[in-house]
Amino acid sequence: MTQKFTKTTLANGLTLLLKEIHTAPMISSWVWYRVGSRNESTGKTGISHWVEHMQFKGTPKFPANILDKAISREGGVWNAFTHLDFTTYYETMPAEKIDFALELEADRMQNSLFDPEEVASERTVIISEREGSENSPMFKLSEVTQATSFRVHPYHHKVIGDMADLESMTRDDLYEHYKSFYAPNNAIMTIAGDFETEKMLKRVKELFGGIPAAPAPRQLSRPEPESSGETHLTVEGTGDTTFVQASYPFPSATDPDFFPLSVLDSLLSGASSLNMFGGGISNKTSRLYKALVETELTVGMSGGAQATLDPYLYNIVMVIHPEREPDEALAALDTEILRIQEEKVSEKEVARAVKQAKALFAYGSESITNQAFWMGYTEIFANYEWFETYIDNLAAVSPDDVQRVAKKYFQKKSRVVGTYLPVNEENSND
Amino acid sequence: MTKKAYPGADDITRVELDNGITVLCRTNFNSPSIVLRGNLPAGSLYDTEEKLGISDMTASMLMRGTEQYDFQAIYDRLESVGASFGFHANTFTIGFGGRALTEDLSLLMQMLSEGLRQPTFPSEHLERLRSQHLAGLAMRDQDTGDMAELTFDEILYANHPYRHTGDGTPETIQAIMRDDVLNFHQKHYGPRDMVIAVVGAIEADDAVAQINEMLGDWQNPAQPAKATVPEMPPLEKRVQKHYAIIGKSQTDLMMGFLGPKRLDDDFMAASLGNSILGRFGLMGRIGDSVREKSGLAYYAYSSMSAGHGPGAWYVSAGVNPANVDKAIDLIIEELENFIKDGVSEEELSDNKSNYIGSLPLSLESNSGVASALLRIESYNLDLDYYRQYPDLVRAVTRDEILTVARKYIEPQRLAIATAGP
Repeated sequence: MTQKFTKTTLANGLTLLLKEIHTAPMISSWVWYRVGSRNESTGKTGISHWVEHMQFKGTPKFPANILDKAISREGGVWNAFTHLDFTTYYETMPAEKIDFALELEADRMQNSLFDPEEVASERTVIISEREGSENSPMFKLSEVTQATSFRVHPYHHKVIGDMADLESMTRDDLYEHYKSFYAPNNAIMTIAGDFETEKMLKRVKELFGGIPAAPAPRQLSRPEPESSGETHLTVEGTGDTTFVQASYPFPSATDPDFFPLSVLDSLLSGASSLNMFGGGISNKTSRLYKALVETELTVGMSGGAQATLDPYLYNIVMVIHPEREPDEALAALDTEILRIQEEKVSEKEVARAVKQAKALFAYGSESITNQAFWMGYTEIFANYEWFETYIDNLAAVSPDDVQRVAKKYFQKKSRVVGTYLPVNEENSND
Repeated sequence: MTKKAYPGADDITRVELDNGITVLCRTNFNSPSIVLRGNLPAGSLYDTEEKLGISDMTASMLMRGTEQYDFQAIYDRLESVGASFGFHANTFTIGFGGRALTEDLSLLMQMLSEGLRQPTFPSEHLERLRSQHLAGLAMRDQDTGDMAELTFDEILYANHPYRHTGDGTPETIQAIMRDDVLNFHQKHYGPRDMVIAVVGAIEADDAVAQINEMLGDWQNPAQPAKATVPEMPPLEKRVQKHYAIIGKSQTDLMMGFLGPKRLDDDFMAASLGNSILGRFGLMGRIGDSVREKSGLAYYAYSSMSAGHGPGAWYVSAGVNPANVDKAIDLIIEELENFIKDGVSEEELSDNKSNYIGSLPLSLESNSGVASALLRIESYNLDLDYYRQYPDLVRAVTRDEILTVARKYIEPQRLAIATAGP
C-alpha cells in the first residue's frame, strides 16, 4: 500500500496537504475554512452555518441546480459541516472525476452569489433545521448547559445559532462574513486517494493559485474567565425521561494535558472515537458505566471531549433510571471521579487505552474520506503531525499524569450541571 | 478492494458447512482490521402478539452472560483490544457483527459462538435490560420521527406482521419472563440458514476453518422453517393520521404506499425511479420542490424498503407544524407528475451514472464488502452480482420506470402519517 504525504503552502497562503493512497480508484478532496461558531458575535450567531448552506446555491459559472447534479452524476458524494472552529466542504469521487470537484471548490471560494431570493428561502430551511433539533430534549439541555459554561467565549452558542439571529440576519451580513473568511490564506485543502502528487499539485496550483489572498480576518478574542463556582440549572420539557449533563472545562487539543486526558476519558467513559467516518466501540467496562448503568442509577451514559482550538468541554450525559433521582446518579459520578483522583490507575489500564486508540485509528484508515478528513481537521487546531504522533503521545502517558489531570480538570467548582426535568402534560391520542 | 475489480466469483469464497451454515469470505490484505458479520433466521417475525419484542430482548441478552464469562468479562475481552461485537434483531433475522484488529479475529469468532451456544440469560440482567428497553420506548414516544414512522406502519400494514416494529410495547416488554427468553432461544436459534461473512486480512481457508471449529458441530433439530410473510393489498383509499406530541417545534411527516420486493423484476427500475423522485443530488425532485424551491423543510426525501416482503415506498419530511398541509400538497403534486410524465432521458442517464459511479465508495471498506456479501446471500444473487451491476443499471428504460411508478404510486391510496404538536 503506497502512502506518500506532501504538505505545502501556495504563494497566496493556501495550505495544501496531499496523501497518495492507491487501494481504491477514488479521491476525497476537502477544503477547510478557519471559521465556525467560534468566530461569531451576538446578533450573528449561526452565520457560519448559514453561509455554508449558501455555498450550495451557486456561482455565475455553476448555478445551484447544476452543482448537485454534476457531483451526483459522477457517483460522487459531497457534503459540508460547520463546527466550532471550522467550516469544511468535501467531495469523494471516482478518481478520474475529481477535477470537477476541484474546479467547483476554487470557484466557490470567491464567486458565490448569495442571491437574495435564495437567502430568503434558505432562512426558512435553517429555521426548520433548528426546529427539528429543538424537538430533542438533549438538544435543549445541551444548549443551555453550553451557554452557561461559556458566558464570554463564543463557544457560548450552538453552531445552528439562535432563532432571534436566524430571523434577523440579512443577505449583506452573510455576504460580508463570506468575503471576510473565504480566502486562500484562511483555508486548508486536503486531498487523499488515487492520484500522483506532482500532477495533483500542478492542478491545484492552476485552479487555486490565482485566487488573491484577503486581509487576515478579524478574530474575536474573548477567553472564558475561570468559573467562580459550580452551577446547577434545570430545563423543563415534555416526556417521561430525566437527563443530566455535567460539563467540565477541558483544554485545547494542543495542550500537553490533552493526551493524559484522552487516557482518562477512555477509563472513565470508554474510548471516544475522533473519526468522522468509521464509528467507535462500546463503553460497558468503563468506570462510569459500571458505577451508573450497572448499578441501575441510569439506563445509559456517555462521555467525551473534542479536539478544539480553544478550551472547550468534557461532557458527561446520563439518562436517569425512571425509578431513581438525578442526585443519586450525580453522587455516584462524584464518587468515581474522586476515586480516579485519589487512587492511581495501573500501567495496564493506560496500555489498554492505547490499544483501543490504535484499533479505532485502524478502522478509520479504511476510508479514504476519513483519511482526508484527518489531515484537515488536525491542521485546524494543530497540524497533521498531531495525528501521526497521537498514539506515541498516548503511550507516553504515565499513571501519575492521569491522576494529575483528573485532579486539575474534574473539579466540582468549575463544572456546570444541567438537568432536563420532564413535566407531565398528557398527549391526547385516543 | 483493489483497483482491479469488485467482489466476484473468483475472489469470494462461499462454503456451506454440513450443519447448514453458509460462510462467505473475501480477503483484503490492505486493511489492518477485520469484519465479521452475519445473521440467522430468528427475527421479530417470530414474536408472539403477547410477547412482542422477545426476539430483540433475546438477542440483547446473548452477551449478558455465557457459561464461561459474565457480562463484564465478555466486554472486557472486547473493549480491551478496541474490538466491537453485538447481536440485534431485524424483522426476519438476528443480525450479528463486529470488528477487530486482524490479530483479534479469533476473539470475534468466540463472541459469536459463545453468544449463540452458551448464553445463560442471567435474571439480574434481564431486569436491567427491561428497564433500559422501557426507557427507550418512553423516549421513542417523544420522538416525532419515530412516531410518524410507527403511525405510518399502522396505517399501511393494518393486520400485517409489518405493523410491528420489533421493539414491542411497554405491556409486552413487561410480560417477557426469563423462561420465555430461554424458550425462544432454544426453539429458534440454530445453524440452518445462518450466514457468516468475514472480510479483511485473512486467507479464506483459514476463516472457514476457524468458523467450522467453533460452530461446525452446532445442531438444533427443533429449529422451525424460515418465516414467510403474507402478501398485502394496497389501501382502499387515502388514510391520514396524526400522532400528537405536545411541546414540539417540528412535525415529522411520512407518506407512501406499498413498493416492490427486492427480487421483483421491476426492482431496479423502481429503485432508479425512486432515486430521481427523492434522492439524487439534494434529494431529488421532492427535495427540490419542498426544500430548495419552497424552503419548507430541512429534509425531504423518498425511500424504498424493498426486502423479502411487501416493503414500503415512502416520502419523509420534517416541517414546521403550520406548513404540513402545504408540504403534503407539494409532495402529492410531485407524485402525480411522476406517474403522469415519468422521467426524462437526462434524469435517467444522470441517475444511472450515479448508481454505477458510486459503487466503489460503497465497497471501499471491509464492512461495505461484508454488507454486499450478505445481500448476495440473502437474495440469492449471483456471486458476480456487483460486476454485473453496471449492466443491470444501464438496461433500465424510461418506460420501465413509468410502468413501475404507475403500478405502485396511487395518490388516492396514500398512507399519510404525521407526528408533532
